[in-house]
This record gives sequence, C-alpha cells and structure tokens, in this order.
Amino acid sequence: MFGLDKKDTRLLILVAILVALAPFILNPFPEGSGMAQFNAGYPDLMQRFVIFGIFAIGFNILFGLTGYLSFGHAAFLGVGSYAAMWMMKLLTMNVIPAIIVSVIVAGVFSLAVGWISLRRSGIYFSILTLAFAQMSYSLAYSVLTPITGGETGLQPKNLDPRILDAPLADGATPKAHLFGLKMGSSFDLSVGTWVFTFNAGYYVAAIVMLAAFYLSIRIFRSPFGLILRAVKSNQQRLNYTGLNSKPYTLAAFVISGMYAGLAGGLMVAMDTQVGAERMFWTASGEVVLMSILGGVGTLIGPVLGAGTIKYMENILSKINSDILHTWFAFLPDGLEDFIVTLIYPFVGKGWHLTLGLIFMLVVIFLPGGLVEGGQRISKFFGRKKTQKSAPNSKETPAE
Amino acid sequence: MEAIVLQILNGLDKGSAYALIAMGLTLIFGTLGVVNFAHGALFMIGAFCAVTLSRILSLSRTIVDETQKDFLGNPLKVDIPYVYDWFGEATGNAIIDWSVPLSILFAIPVMIAIGVIMERGLIKHFYKRPHADQILVTFGLAIVLQEIIKYYYGANPIPTPAPEAFKGSFDFGNFLGFDPNMIIYPYWRIIYFGFAAVIISAVFAFLQFTTFGMVVRAGMADRETVQLLGINIDRRFTLMFGIAAAVAGLAGVMYTPINSPNYHMGMDFLVLSFVVVVVGGMGSLPGAVAAGFLLGILESFASMREVLSVLPGLNQIIIYLVAIIILLTRPRGLMGRKGVMED
Repeated sequence: MFGLDKKDTRLLILVAILVALAPFILNPFPEGSGMAQFNAGYPDLMQRFVIFGIFAIGFNILFGLTGYLSFGHAAFLGVGSYAAMWMMKLLTMNVIPAIIVSVIVAGVFSLAVGWISLRRSGIYFSILTLAFAQMSYSLAYSVLTPITGGETGLQPKNLDPRILDAPLADGATPKAHLFGLKMGSSFDLSVGTWVFTFNAGYYVAAIVMLAAFYLSIRIFRSPFGLILRAVKSNQQRLNYTGLNSKPYTLAAFVISGMYAGLAGGLMVAMDTQVGAERMFWTASGEVVLMSILGGVGTLIGPVLGAGTIKYMENILSKINSDILHTWFAFLPDGLEDFIVTLIYPFVGKGWHLTLGLIFMLVVIFLPGGLVEGGQRISKFFGRKKTQKSAPNSKETPAE
Repeated sequence: MEAIVLQILNGLDKGSAYALIAMGLTLIFGTLGVVNFAHGALFMIGAFCAVTLSRILSLSRTIVDETQKDFLGNPLKVDIPYVYDWFGEATGNAIIDWSVPLSILFAIPVMIAIGVIMERGLIKHFYKRPHADQILVTFGLAIVLQEIIKYYYGANPIPTPAPEAFKGSFDFGNFLGFDPNMIIYPYWRIIYFGFAAVIISAVFAFLQFTTFGMVVRAGMADRETVQLLGINIDRRFTLMFGIAAAVAGLAGVMYTPINSPNYHMGMDFLVLSFVVVVVGGMGSLPGAVAAGFLLGILESFASMREVLSVLPGLNQIIIYLVAIIILLTRPRGLMGRKGVMED
C-alpha cells in the first residue's frame, strides 16, 4: 500500500491505530483513583508526544542513516517556531500557512548551516553544528530581540496586523485554529469513572506526524536512503565508486532540518508562544537522547524514545515524597522511610538522574536502544519455542 | 591603551579556566583517544570540593552564651566551629577564611580518585567503540553527576568567598605607569591567572622532564610499540586520566570565588572548552592552552562598548564565530597534528 511492502504497511497501520486511539490507551486508570497521576492522556502531553516524535524522526534521518551526529538540531526547531509565530502575527491565525512557512524557513536555514558544517565530519561536525546552534541561541537572546522578542519571547497580540483575518471582537484573544477548528478545543468522553479527552490540536499534529512517519519510511527504503547508509558504513569507498556523497548528506541534513522546523511550527500551532530557550544546546541534546534511547537507525525507535522521555518528564517529575509515602504505607515505618529515601532522588525534581542513568545503561548495554531490547526479548522467547519444537523435528526422518 | 590592557587582563581569568579545562580534555584525548563530554562535570565537582571543605571546616556546635542577651533578654545561642576548639580562635578563623586555597589539598586526591574510578569503571570499556558512543556515554555520565550534585547541594549558586586578604582590587594602571583608577583588577583574578600558569607549566614539565612523562609521550605517539617494549602503558594512561581530572577540578576549586558554583556550571564551560580544543587543534596541548587564552581575550575585547556599538551582540558569538572560521580555513586547528581525528 502507498508503495510500501507488507511489513512496512503493517507498521504504519499499527502506528496509525495506536496514535488514533492514544486518548484511550494513555488513560488506563479511572479518574480520581490513586493511579490517575500516571495517566498521560491529557492534550498537552499527547501533543508533545507526537511533536517530539516528528523531531526525533527527522533527527534519525540524519544520524541514523548517515551517522553524522548533530548537536545543534534545536536551532532548526527554534527557527521554525519563530517563522510560524510571525506568520500568525502577520498573516492569519490559521495554522496551515504557519506550518508551511516554518518548514521552508527551517529548510533554508539548515541548507546554509549544513553547507558549511558538512565540510567536516566526525566530532568536528558535531562541534560546528553545536557552534551554529549556540550562536543562533545567543543572537535570539540579544541582538535579534526585535524579531525574537528576546527573553520574553513572542506571543500573538490583539494589535498584530493579521491581514487575512477579520478584526477580532473586543476582548477576544487570538487563538490558533484550522479553518475555524480551534486547536485548543477538546471533547470529553466519560465512560464510567474514566474520562477520555479528544483534542483537536492533538489530532492535527497526529495526522502530520503520520505523514512524516510515512515519508521517513519511504526515505529509508529508497535508493537515496541506501546511499545515506553507505555514507555511514564507509564514506571513502562510496567516493571511490565515483559518487560524490556531499549532495546526499546535505540533502539528508536539510530534510532533517525541515522535520525539526515542522515540529517547531506545530509547537507554535498548539501552544502559541515561543522563546529562545528552545534553541539551547540542552534541547539539542534531548533529541539525541530520544533517538538513542529508542533505537538509532530504526523506523519506530525515535518515536518510542520521544514518547518515553516526554512521559518520564511529565509523569515521573510529578511524584513527590508524599506520594511515595502513601505507596509504601503498607510497610513497617522504618522500612517505609528507608525505601522512600532510597527512591526519592530518582523521581520528582530528580527525574533527570533517572534519565541519565537509563541513557548510560542503554548506550553501554543496548546500543540499539529500546527496539533492540524488544528484539532480544522476542528472540529469547522465540529460541525457547524452537528448542521445544526441536525434538519433534527429530522424529521425522530427515533426508 | 588603558582600555586594551584592561581587556587583556579581563580575558586572562576566563582564558585561564578555558585553558585548564581544554588541557585536561586534550590530555585525555591524546592519551586514551576518548572524547570526554563529562569533563565539564569534573570542573564542577572540583568547585563543589571547595564548597564541601568550607562546610566541613565551619561545622560547629551550638552553646547558650549567658553573657550575651538578645533584645528580649534571652541568652543568645552561639555557634562555635570545632576548629576553634582544636586550633584556638585566631588560627581557626584563619583556617575558615582560607578554606578555598586549602581545598586545593583536599581536591587533588579526591579528583584523582574520581578520575581513576571513572576510567577503570566506565571509559575503559569504550576504547574500541566509535567516538559517537564515547560522546554519548560521557554525556549521560555528565547528566548523572550533575543531578547528584544538584540533589545534595540544591539548585542555587553557593557563594564561596576568597580569603579576606585577597578581597580588594589592585590598581594595575598605577603599577604600569598609567593614571590611577584606570585599570582596577581584583586580586583573586591575578591569583587565578598565576595559579593556572603554575598548573600548566607543572603539567608540561611533568610530561617533558620526567621518565613517567617520557613514557606517556611515547605512548601517545605509538601505543603499540610502547606496549611491545614491556611497559604497562594502560596503567600510566589511567593515571593521566586522573591527572587530567585533577587539573579540571583545581580549575573549578579556584574559580569558586569568581563565580559562585552551581550544578550546571560544568556544562556551560564544557561547550566552550570543546570549541577551544577544536580551535587549538585536537590532540595538541600547546594548542589547547594558546587557544584558551586567545579566545578568552578575544571574548573580552568583543564585549568592549566601542566594539558593541559597531557590531552589537558580538561578545555572545565571537567564540563560535572564530571556531567556524578556523575549522573551515585550518581544518586541523591552530596547532593540530596531521592524522589526528581525521575520518
């Protein structure tokens, strides 16, 4: 279907079903129960899942296929966000022009950065991209304040021109919409004690994410994708075959920059504000973490990684010592306090510690990320099955 | 003229910090061939060694002093540090006052131990893995170290003052024959620069004039041949990792009075130090030191009011701009050797 083979079609459909049913899947615990804090099915977090999924998918096209480790991808996300915000300020609050322009602007910017950075490889490439991203961040904070809003960032204001929109009614605040469908509007479905929230913005972002995911499958399976893999495994040999690898790596860089811009544009569409801190190098580091954690070079890995990290960021960081005490209340007092003090550094404000530890463990023991972990587990059970069936096969005489 | 001298001086202390961290990075890279993203975290741990020691020294017992009364007439509670009991009040006061310089003695063994544990426990397993994996695992380690420090010391900067004797400023202009009050420079920054110069020369002398250093240099040039000669080069390289960690730690210890330590100071310096290493030339110690001072001074020149009025925001980006220009025109950096990190 759509030019994909059977396996990829199955993957795409599976992802589509999961994304469509996410409000149910992510809300497994009834409202008001003790476990309700583990529910991730609220619009803000679901939107972040898919948006960072797009960001990580794009990063994976560069790092997973060509092996070029960029430490400055957040700059493209930030530039895309600013472009989208200006579209909303000048043109219309409709999200379509904002998203399209954010992709184009991020693409042009990444073309310029990539054209220079790709002259070097290895760690030099990482440092160059890092330098460009930090430069963009510093400039956005200082000199470019008229364009970027500096420390306060940008928000749509009532007095912005917005030449395509009808003037706002008195007291109304500008809200992002898709042909009148407000991004913030949602529909609550109550089933017994469960409450499922269906948010318009989430579904818009989810459809974009599915399109982006489909495109990345096509890139992975195309001859272009094969050349990118060849760059990763042996660039010199590729050059000896008479092929200039530079245009291909540059194309991969620009594509992944455009994915980042798309994610930035969607961020603005969902939550109409932008600040320079989303270009800081820790944000670039975060997308690296996502890709590695999920599994670099695999199709679904980056999405898994993005989901895991955003889930941890939002859910793990909410657990405080009171909650821990209620969990372990069944234990004798001394033991309860001991276990709580043992766990406490890893949750709440310390969730970064858990993230860092998991990340290190993944890099050391599981270089293929969560996807490789899943494969190993399934292989483990698969082997058991074959061992069981092995004696049976002996009975039948072999030729 | 005064302005130029002042900017050079201003650049020296930041440049010293860059040079010290970049030298440690280069030592690790040159000996073990590992790109260490956790080096900034070592700098930060050094700074927190100073915080820890000053807290240990000012540990005190509380007594109720009947002779002093607060405004309600209740007896005051007075904290008496234990060092008063041991050394008398005058000496005890001096010890607390000099806690930052004293931390040097405390930090050296701690940092060497941390460095050796890090190398044996983690980095050892990454020699044969690609550079990207080394970057990633040390990046993860940096996050973990940073979070541990944050858990124990909190997220706010902790002021750690210099000894009372170095609190003031020195009228450098008067000293050089310019008008008085034109070039005012804090004492501690002069000391920081002097300290950095001593450490840098010590490391160079250690590598250049001792047998141990000679073997290490031979190992950097050709590890396999040195091993074939029956020398346990791994153990020496491990110790070099410890020394590099100690250099970063000492840079952190002495930096605490200039900038109150907080848990993310390491990451802030790390990014810049990597740029410094790349500008200086990967694997070249003199290059790292020279580039550190050069970029520190350039940064302070770029923040002059005259420059900013022509090119606003230049001070924010000058280091990155220089790095980009150098990497594109001289791909090996200022003093890079041929064949290092060229994939």
